[in-house]
Amino acid sequence: MIRPKLEFLSPETVRRAIDEAYELLWDPGVRVHYDEALRLLGDAGATVDMSSRVARIPRSLAEKAVETAPSSFYLYNLDGEPVVHYGGDDVHFDPGSAAIEIADYEARQSRVPVTADCEDFVRVAEMLPQIDALATSIVCGDVPQSMADWYRLYLLLLYGRKPIVTGTFAIETFAIMHELLVTVAGSAEALAEKPRAVFDVCPSPPLLWSDITCANLIDCARTGVPAELVSMPLMGATGPATVIGSAVQHAAECLSGITIHQLAKPGSPIVWGGSPASFDMRTGTTPMGAMATMMLDCTYTQIGKAIKPGGLPTHAYLGMSDTKIVDAQTGLESAAGAILGALAGVNMMSGPGMMDFESCFSLEKLVIDAEIVGMAKRLVAGVDDSEEPLALHVMREVGHAGNFLKSKHTRRSFRKEDYIPSEVIDRDFRQTWFDKGALDINARAHRKVRELIAAYEPPPLAAEVVRELVAIATRHAQAVGLDRLPARTIER
Amino acid sequence: MTEELFKRMAQSVIDGEAEEAAALARQALELGVDPLEAINKGFTAGMDVVGELYSCGEYFLPDLILGGEAMKAALAVLEPALKASGQAREVLGRVVLGTVKGDIHEIGKSLVGSMLSANGFEVYDLGIDVAAETFVAQAQERKADIVALSALLTTTMLYQRDVIEHLAEAGLRDRVKVMVGGSPVTQAWADQIGADGFAEDAAGAVAVAKRLMGR
Repeated sequence: MIRPKLEFLSPETVRRAIDEAYELLWDPGVRVHYDEALRLLGDAGATVDMSSRVARIPRSLAEKAVETAPSSFYLYNLDGEPVVHYGGDDVHFDPGSAAIEIADYEARQSRVPVTADCEDFVRVAEMLPQIDALATSIVCGDVPQSMADWYRLYLLLLYGRKPIVTGTFAIETFAIMHELLVTVAGSAEALAEKPRAVFDVCPSPPLLWSDITCANLIDCARTGVPAELVSMPLMGATGPATVIGSAVQHAAECLSGITIHQLAKPGSPIVWGGSPASFDMRTGTTPMGAMATMMLDCTYTQIGKAIKPGGLPTHAYLGMSDTKIVDAQTGLESAAGAILGALAGVNMMSGPGMMDFESCFSLEKLVIDAEIVGMAKRLVAGVDDSEEPLALHVMREVGHAGNFLKSKHTRRSFRKEDYIPSEVIDRDFRQTWFDKGALDINARAHRKVRELIAAYEPPPLAAEVVRELVAIATRHAQAVGLDRLPARTIER
Repeated sequence: MTEELFKRMAQSVIDGEAEEAAALARQALELGVDPLEAINKGFTAGMDVVGELYSCGEYFLPDLILGGEAMKAALAVLEPALKASGQAREVLGRVVLGTVKGDIHEIGKSLVGSMLSANGFEVYDLGIDVAAETFVAQAQERKADIVALSALLTTTMLYQRDVIEHLAEAGLRDRVKVMVGGSPVTQAWADQIGADGFAEDAAGAVAVAKRLMGR
């Protein structure tokens, strides 16, 4: 059986791109705004200029880091099951991350989300089987900004079972987020052994590592919590205007991140990921739904898989749209991204639910995207040709009578031969559709959102773990001036 | 002869050729062409065409930026001569611009700077990660009409308020208008921190800056 696979580059071009990326690490080098990272690089043989904070990394040093970085790892759910495999061509999806707005279906407009929105988000994302991991997608506006990053993780840990894609907004909050994760895992060792979460770490294009991202990288490495590089050249704005040019820049940014990370602790898991985009030369926006954005994601994924024997785990922001409401454009952009990324074998795609240049989350879109994900996963499962004979036996059995519905072969096969959608996808006869209220996809998705929220039940979590999580959150909230955490609507 | 030169000047801006624009500016000075005429009839005329082509969708941001760069290159040659002759070109306003403290994002602010320059503003770009004190000092030194503050992150956006407070403390708040922008910034935020103007994109920023200057 053939796994359908999309590759844009010849092996020769992949090699040239990798060579150029390594060359960029030396000339012009990378800017590193964090002394500890500069020291790590300098001690290991990079040429470091402390005043300009430019590190020139020799190829041999970066290659060694790539060598020690693992080709694959798992993320585990609350029950300790390895449900996400970062490696090979396995594909998974998690919701897009860190929306500062939520599309309010009833109000027909977007607004700043609050705790109750994040709770609804967890309910829906937990209940959608197509979505493999949760993400800290909702930035709650009802808590101080300085605690907004860890507060999202706190809510997800309270209410969720799935693995989590997350990240910090500051250096200091990593320790709080680690403390929360350790509380659920039982110990720091247990967390490192079976990581529940991966942390996004974003270099600034071109070739710049801020203090936050360096600190996060080093903290991830030392705690054994997987890091996910999110390199994001914008084609023609903060990176070369060509797909291949920005893919080279992406590779250089990833290679420098891996070098810092592996110097902090060799063997720690790290993901070759990103959120690059085309650049709309008319408006100055960064369209996540542009074809070149998706092609760049697939291109750098191919490079990440070729960077060493066995490749590195990969990630991309795909399955997103730039619309402000859920409409036909939302569907076309999200489906194109999810399908292309699945064909390229991106291990983790962050995107479902996300609109408006990664800034606005829609639960309705998440529910629609889950259907897209179902179809994309079906697509890459390929055409099963394992039966022998392929058709002779069933054709002869049914004969000219022609009713395959009666055949055991049909009953045995149909569930896995096509993805069976929920009622979000309209496949009704016309009159039935009309009788059901003549709903468009947005209305059907909203109905589904309400159903999932009602059907959700929180996973079992020991009472003392809940108490401890609440205590940690309360303590850190009080430290930034919030006396009481916002009221929760889900009993724990 | 001079008309032909003006045409080539305009064309150098339309083509976004900075070296060509500077060479033509030098040629004009050698030929004794009035620098103010060279600016108005040559280069600015080209910039107007660039603006029209952008408006009708034929030109895009890179065309606009490179046109602005060509304009800048020409002005760098012509302005000393202009000053020496005791003349001054018309400037819509002086803008001190930068990305606020803790924020290293360059592109949005640079785009706004280019668009403002291209539209007749004198722009002093202070770069990224700029402290409130630097904004105040530069606003004073450059006699700024407008201080423009960029922030890409919700965390750094808070420093926009910081700069406004510093300007007030320095007694400058009545004299300078403050514009804010950046991905997380909204009109509501601008109102909340007492900024005078907000725009969502670079073209909008030009319109706001013109309005603030009473144009």
